[in-house]
Formats: sequence, C-alpha cells, structure tokens
Amino acid sequence: MNILSQARRTLGQTDPNFGAPLDTTKGTILYVEGISVSFDGFRALNNLNLYINEGELRCIIGPNGAGKTTMMDVITGKTKPDSGSVFFGQQINLLELSEHQIARGGIGRKFQKPTIFEALSVYENLELATAADKRVWWTLTQQLNSAQKYRIDEVLLQIGLAEHRYKNAGSLSHGQKQWLEIGMLLMQNPRVLLVDEPVAGMTGEETEKTAELLLSLAGDHSVIVVEHDMKFVRSIARKVTVLHQGSVLTEGTMDQVQNDPKVIEVYLGE
Amino acid sequence: MLTQRLLLSDRGGMIVLGLVLLAMVLVPICNILVPETSSLHVSTFMVTLLGKFLCYALLALAVDLIWGYCGILSLGHGAFFALGGYAMGMYLMRQIGPRGQYGDPLLPDFMVFLNWKELPWYWQGFDMFWFAMLMVIVIPGLLAFVFGWLAFRSRVTGVYFSIITQALTYALLLAFFRNEMGFGGNNGLTDFKDILGFPIAANGTRISLFLASGFMLIIAYVACRYIVTSRMGKIIVSIRDAESRTRFCGYKVESYKLWLFVFSAILAGIAGALYVPQVGIINPGEFSPLNSIELVVWVATGGRGTLFGAIVGAFTVNYGKTIFTSYSPETWLFALGALFVIVTLILPKGLVGLFNRNKKTPSKPAEPTPVTSETTTTAKESV
Repeated sequence: MNILSQARRTLGQTDPNFGAPLDTTKGTILYVEGISVSFDGFRALNNLNLYINEGELRCIIGPNGAGKTTMMDVITGKTKPDSGSVFFGQQINLLELSEHQIARGGIGRKFQKPTIFEALSVYENLELATAADKRVWWTLTQQLNSAQKYRIDEVLLQIGLAEHRYKNAGSLSHGQKQWLEIGMLLMQNPRVLLVDEPVAGMTGEETEKTAELLLSLAGDHSVIVVEHDMKFVRSIARKVTVLHQGSVLTEGTMDQVQNDPKVIEVYLGE
Repeated sequence: MLTQRLLLSDRGGMIVLGLVLLAMVLVPICNILVPETSSLHVSTFMVTLLGKFLCYALLALAVDLIWGYCGILSLGHGAFFALGGYAMGMYLMRQIGPRGQYGDPLLPDFMVFLNWKELPWYWQGFDMFWFAMLMVIVIPGLLAFVFGWLAFRSRVTGVYFSIITQALTYALLLAFFRNEMGFGGNNGLTDFKDILGFPIAANGTRISLFLASGFMLIIAYVACRYIVTSRMGKIIVSIRDAESRTRFCGYKVESYKLWLFVFSAILAGIAGALYVPQVGIINPGEFSPLNSIELVVWVATGGRGTLFGAIVGAFTVNYGKTIFTSYSPETWLFALGALFVIVTLILPKGLVGLFNRNKKTPSKPAEPTPVTSETTTTAKESV
C-alpha cells in the first residue's frame, strides 16, 4: 500500500510536471520480473525478465511471435500480465497504473505504425504532447508558455522537422511521421522511450537519420528499440536482448548474440 | 483576440449566425408591424415553425460537437432532447392548475383520470420555473454522465456505442409509454395554458420563445467554438483520429469523452425545453429511435465537423421535410433515406463542403507564429 500511495503521489493528479525524483539509485530504471501473459491459452510471455539501465540504448530482437509487442503493452499498461512485476525505478509499480498515468510518469511509446494526429499541424502535434496539466478542465483555457514553446523548437530541430512546423502532419512522408512521433515522445520529457520498429518502411537515408537520432537520445533517456532490421540493429546496438517464445533467450553485444548457437538455431532452424 | 478566435476566423459561422440574427430582427417586425394583408407578413405559424427549427439546429449542434469533432456517434441524442422537453412539460403542466378538465388544483388531468390521490414525489418542485430549468440541465446531464461513465470506462466505442445509445432511447420510449411512470403515458403532456404567466398561444409569447431559441443557439454556438478552438478542441480531434496515441500522450481519454458527452446532452436538453412550449406537446414519440437517426442525417447533410454545418443541415432538411410532407407525406422516409445515401456517396463533407470545395483551405497555424528564425537559431546553438 505504501508503494501505491507513493506512486499516486509521484504520478498522480496533483503534480502536473512530474518533476518528482525517480529512485534509480541502483542504476536500473526498469525492472521487468517474471512476467507471464496468456491469450486464450497461448503464452505470449513466459516468465520474462528484463532490466534496463538508466541512459542505456537496448535493442530487442526476436522472431515473429516472440512477445516483443506484448512486452511493450505490459510496460505501458495496455495489457495486464497474469503474473510478475514491473517496476519503474525502485518505487513505482507500473502494474497499478493506467496508460495515461504511465505516459505522464515518463514512459513514452512509439507504435509500430506511425500514429500521429493527421488533422493537426506538426507544431500542434508537439503542442498536444507537451508535458503539462492534462486534466480536462485545464486544457480548456491552457496556452503554451514560453518555456514550452522553446522546448517545441528544440524538439523540432532535433527531429529535423523545423521547416515543416506548420505543415499538416497528414501530408508528411512516412519517415517524417516516424520522427514526428518520436518528437511527440520527447515532448513528454520521458525517462524511458519504447520504440517499436522505427525504421520499417524507411529509405536507406531515412534509416541512417533515425539511427543518429536514437543514438543522440540515449544517455539522456533510456531507449528500448524493437526492430527486425538486423543491419539497423547492428548500426546502433550496444547491448542486444533476444526474445524467443516469450522469454529472454540471450543477452549481449551484437557479435556475441550473432555467434550464439541458440540464436542461430532459433533464427535459421525454423 | 478572443473574438478573433471564436468568430472572425470562422467565416461560415459568421454568415450563419448573421442570418440567424437577421431573422431574429426581421421575423418579429414582419409579424407584428406588417399588416396581415401585406405579402411581407410573417404568420404566427411561421414564427413557431422557425422557432422549432432553431431548436433543431441547437440539437444538431450538440450532435456535431461529439460526432464531428470527437467521433462519438450517438444514435440516442433524441433521448436527452426529450428529457429536457419533459422537464419543461412538467412545469407547464403544473402551471395549468385548476384550469384542467377535472379542475383539480394540484393534480394534472391524467393523474386524476388514473385515480391518483397525490402528486408523485418527482413532480414536486416543478411548479417553480427556476427548478424546472435546473432539471432541464441536470436530468439529461446526469443521465449522460452515468451512461457515458459506464460506456467510456469500459472503452465501448464506434458502432457498439451507437447501438447502446439507440437501445437507451428505445428503453426510455417504452418506459415513458407506461401510465405507471406518471408522465402521461401514451398521450404525454399537453394542453398547456401559460408560461411564466403569459398565455402560451399568444403572439407575443410565440415571438419571445422564438427569440429565446435564437439567443440560446447563438450562445451555444459560441460556447462550442470556444471548446473546439481551445487546446481541449485539439485533444478531442486527436481522440477522434488516434485514440491510443492520445492516451499514450498522457491524456485520460475517457474523461474527455465523458465531459464532452455530458455537455452535448445538456445542449440537447435545453433544445428540448425550448421546443416543447412552441409545439405545445411532449409525448414518448420524441424518444423514438427514428428521431435520433434523423438528427444524425441533418448533421451529415449540413457537414459534420463544422459547427455551422450542423445548423445549415438542420434548417435545410427540416424545411425540406415541411415542404415534402405537405405534398406527399408517405414518401418522406424514402426521401430521407435517399438523402443519407446521396450525402454519403457524393457529399461526404455535406452541403457546407460544396462551398468550400473550390476554395483551398489555408492550413494556417492556430497559434500565432511567435518564433522567428532568430529564436530558432538561438535554440539551435543551445542544443
């Protein structure tokens, strides 16, 4: 109960800025322990354990159905697991919070298919994602303050869409939409970024820019990238986790992982 | 700055509101001052008809706000309209007093007829105008709150939501048909005598009700504009277009939908309350699911997602209905069906879309551009 009230205080409705300190004294920001999820008898996740360090860039790979997306669903509160625990820092139990609370608390998620607000301009997309009081009545009168405007400009430069700020988001190219979505995550000042297949459908040049962007984000944020494109993973990966049938098969550098006989069997044996 | 945001930047809305205001000035003049023999004379029947249309327009506005902007298709908004109407009807019934057929000083005629001895508890207080008006807001609002809270919390969306709203209005229809409910059963509430002491059929009262409907429509329009041009307006559009993204941006989507739904239901209730004294009757037929569907057709015809489009749609379809039903009443439903098909196939943006088709809509920023290239460079340097 103590943890719950702590979490309420940290993520709850009272503090809009969530500047509350996140306890990461042990260097680990995300603890995923013993998670199991079943859908109609199918075990999507099976006793999954995963620890993400602060500021780390982690790539997660694995064949189709390995449970990558389900894992993200569990961390962001979309799916409740059958068993196990997920802690954000030492104190905050994510399983007790709902999606919007987790998002406000500092875990941003990018979907596989770019999902942005197509009817609004690039600027407005970022405006809506800005960390601010997001309760209904406040948004009726809220305006951006200068610090927030400044932050939007910063992010626009970071994601390379500064010239397109007033363009309709729906008219952006596929790659630009992906960057905009990453920008929207950044506006929430997240501690952890979950990025699902960021380069699917991108051109070579766009892929390179995305790699640069993600590398620049690591350090300030913990970044978890789920990706199929091995070449891309190799270009950004420091540490790679391989998922297979809902649990971790192995972890290590890209070279270690690629030479692991278990991994070779999973990927080539099928 | 606020007028700029609410009105000046919205040309179609300005035109429509201008026409409503013009009608509010000209109609009373042409009714009272122009002699009946003149061709410019507007009959009292016409005044009431236009007043009715204004109520419909207000109802359409309420539906457009949730459907056009937030993607919540309610096929039961007629229920909130009827509830507001019943609250007003109860006040008007209490005003009859001893002038009813049976002459009972307290009980409305239908209760005497049913051999009821005393006024049911839920009829208490409705002899006071302020209380009845409060109930016009509270009852539809409360129903919308409870219903919406249950539905949105369970994440009922899309067509499922439409179906249960349809069921809601149908359930209320059946309930209000029952005599035991104490709302006059099949016949509803009628035979009203006066409102706030003024005889209800008098010319002056009719004109006042017409003007009140016009004012209410304008106030509601400005309020809706305020919502859709605020940040909340952008959020509800985002919910319409990408609900889960909005949720993962940290917004509690359910709360937004709920409050918008409640607000919309209140507008519908007010429309119903203004409607009843003008038509002189409220009966369970107003809960009919068909009414709610027709109302969605008005909005679709006018052009959803533009507030003034809903008003245009309510006027054109209802004017068409008035003309049509006086020539060939049996075919009106076919015409209505055909209209829906035509609008869906040919005019997805409604009548309003026709005007905008040739003009390119400049996607000008809602925020004034505060950032010049200078500040952008400083931002770059600091990064």
